[in-house]
Amino acid sequence: MYVAVKGGERAIENAHRLLADTRRGDRSVAEVSLDQISEQLGLAVDRVMSEGSLYDRELAALAIKQARGDLIEAIFLVRAFRATLPRFGASEPVDTGAMRVLRRVSATFKDIPGGQILGPTFDYTHRLLDPSLAEGFVPEVPATAEASTAPTPRVTDILGRDGLIESSPQAEDGASVGDLTREPLNFPADRDLRLQNLARGDEGFLLAMGYSTQRGYGRNHPFVGEIRFGEVEVEFSAEDVGFAVPLGSIELTECQMVNQFKGSATEAPCFTRGYGLAFGQSERKTMSMALVDRALRARELGEEALAPAQDEEFVMSHSDNVQATGFVEHLKLPHYVDFQSELGLLRKLRQEFAEAFAEANAPDTMKEAAE
Amino acid sequence: MTTIAELPPGFVDKVLSAQSTFRSVMDAMARPGSVQRIVPMAGAPATMMRGTAAIALTLFDHDTPLWLDARMSESSDVTKWLKFHTGAPVVQDSSIASFALISDGATLPSLERFALGTNEYPDRSTTVILQVDGLDTGRSFELRGPGIDGVTMLQASIRPFDLFERLRMNETLFPRGIDLVLVADDAVVAIPRTTRVESKES
Amino acid sequence: MNAPAYNFAYLDEQTKRMIRRAILKAIAIPGYQVPFASREMPMPYGWGTGGVQVTAAILGPQDVLKVIDQGSDDTTNAISIRKFFAKTAGVATTTATEEATVIQTRHRIPETALHANQVLVYQVPIPEPLRFLEPRETETRRMHALAEYGLMHVKLYEDIARFGHIATAYAYPVKVNARYVMDPSPTPKFDNPKMDHSPALQLFGAGREKRIYAIPPYTKVVSLDFEDHPFEPYRFNAPCALCAAENSYLDEIVTDDKGGRMFVCSDTDYCEGRQAAGHHGSLSAAPYKEKAGSHG
Repeated sequence: MYVAVKGGERAIENAHRLLADTRRGDRSVAEVSLDQISEQLGLAVDRVMSEGSLYDRELAALAIKQARGDLIEAIFLVRAFRATLPRFGASEPVDTGAMRVLRRVSATFKDIPGGQILGPTFDYTHRLLDPSLAEGFVPEVPATAEASTAPTPRVTDILGRDGLIESSPQAEDGASVGDLTREPLNFPADRDLRLQNLARGDEGFLLAMGYSTQRGYGRNHPFVGEIRFGEVEVEFSAEDVGFAVPLGSIELTECQMVNQFKGSATEAPCFTRGYGLAFGQSERKTMSMALVDRALRARELGEEALAPAQDEEFVMSHSDNVQATGFVEHLKLPHYVDFQSELGLLRKLRQEFAEAFAEANAPDTMKEAAE
Repeated sequence: MTTIAELPPGFVDKVLSAQSTFRSVMDAMARPGSVQRIVPMAGAPATMMRGTAAIALTLFDHDTPLWLDARMSESSDVTKWLKFHTGAPVVQDSSIASFALISDGATLPSLERFALGTNEYPDRSTTVILQVDGLDTGRSFELRGPGIDGVTMLQASIRPFDLFERLRMNETLFPRGIDLVLVADDAVVAIPRTTRVESKES
Repeated sequence: MNAPAYNFAYLDEQTKRMIRRAILKAIAIPGYQVPFASREMPMPYGWGTGGVQVTAAILGPQDVLKVIDQGSDDTTNAISIRKFFAKTAGVATTTATEEATVIQTRHRIPETALHANQVLVYQVPIPEPLRFLEPRETETRRMHALAEYGLMHVKLYEDIARFGHIATAYAYPVKVNARYVMDPSPTPKFDNPKMDHSPALQLFGAGREKRIYAIPPYTKVVSLDFEDHPFEPYRFNAPCALCAAENSYLDEIVTDDKGGRMFVCSDTDYCEGRQAAGHHGSLSAAPYKEKAGSHG
């Protein structure tokens, strides 16, 4: 006798227990701590904070641990927590020009005021697996020098002084800051919302989109004006207090792309900008973001928008990995009701096809008899 | 001069009172002409009925610009109470209001002056909350449209006298239009833009 | 650490207000998709976050909640969502359709007729019925604004030209209150007639796509068709093997790898109710056959 499937509740509970056990792994191996994740897998934490849209290293480390190292799952955990937090307002714009720079490179000038600073980077490492890292590795004490007091003005500001690059858009005083987590998104979207979407967007998606512009799908001739990584102060202006209150400092990576000049009958040619910003040290992310930001400005700059990276609806609707993974993975949920509908339709279509085929191929005498 | 401490209080239980009030308003909107009761009690400043106050506490916040009629906007108790309990910005321009509060129907402005939405975004329209004298006595009206099984009757003492004639513009504007919520003390009736109202007597 | 603390029915009050306002506009404009700022929920997009947000915004302590997926109260996702609300809102839950005040569903409408004190909340993956004909939101929004639905009729007519009938088996588009073309969510077209003139309020939530829409009670809902090719609900032509129901939607259960199969009600509550009332099916696999000229 057939009995309908029951006991799903028990199955779910057991699956969760098994997951917890698998997450822990072999109990004879020491448990990984949040500090270890935050300190030794810092770039993973940076990515989870950026795409999770929440600057909290400890929670990001917890999410990574809970997600067994699946970063998209960790981003999802952080987002779901973030969604329950009250929103008090927007901070004052951070001044990345006043950043305490830990790394800073420009591809457009050999030397720049304040100097190029390589900082902690994979660049120029030879990608050879290093067996000495497997255990007990004690790194050398890093080289130090007197902290420079020289200002480190943004390269784009230097270009801007001579009018060689379009001016950076200035927000009007008191203008509200768009927030696509609080307001439904409409197209066409303003640049603030586009940048927010890209900042939360999947690094892999943006990398592929940015790469596609380099390969000719919406080419915009980028130069890295500057990438900088370091600490900036965050201030909040509360309505009642009347002045900006410091909240603390955060680590940011900023990338300013300098792109192909444009001009028209009324405007002198000048370079244009693409912008990328992310929490922590997230260079690949901010560079990709800057390429895509510039590509999405096609219409605004009077360029033909034919490539995928220039298509605002396409990019913004598919950049979010929490949305994308949910919908892709929902295909594993039961679909047998709609499948049954399709099955019924397919059987009917096949039956009709078979009947028509049989009739068309029947000997003439039978055809006559049928008529 | 009323201080914040002297303002009438909001809901005792914010979460459950808002839920209960919302369900009454949702049922009213889903079943036009049906009289729904608002159960949770909240303090209300003079000129604001308790049903109106409960709806305000349930639906208004920083994201909902409000337009107030003269009697409401001239009462500092009303504006202070709304600001303290809901944070909703009061606007002079009725065409950008999410909600309009009308305590004196005789001064209801032309409905075209409220936000009617656009054909692309018909939801971006003002919900007009109108306080009336009664929702169980007065003239009889026949209502038809979505949410109504055929026809339903409404008895209401309302001002302006020609309210439902004015609301006829919803017929030609659809999907744009005005959604109306009538409040009499703790009783609520909604007339969404799809409802067609005929005066029985005429 | 910022230890998480969650509100009644999970959502914070500001979010509930925003969703509640969207629900009111959705009811006022039947079939129109109201954009809303969908939140990240503690379950994945595509797993019912839209339905969960709508349910969380309307649910109160007096409610009795039923959750079904594929018509069944016992599928894992239905259990998971039911537990979520039992835990975060402490509401009573039921599997009995008539006892529920709020029913959240994925892919089915219960067989038992709904009554006026009920709200049916649908989980919707792609709310835009025109999306597969025109991927751009800016374009489909314009089409809805102008009630320009020619593209949909062309698509349906192409089916007829090719197959002799409309080849859409689920998520079959409807027109609501003679104005908006609406996606009923991926319910089988068998369920479409239940949406018409229903005494219950029907709310639709699409979390990932950030849309809420509604069908008020007693509202005209018409499945799109042509005069010479009228809409026909599909049902496999067999009685339920467990309860012998002749008019319920059936799941096909594969019983072995030799072609054996049986058909049973997808609505488990309906089926169990009938069995308890003394209706018994054959319990044996019905041989596969379609009667000539049977349901489309």
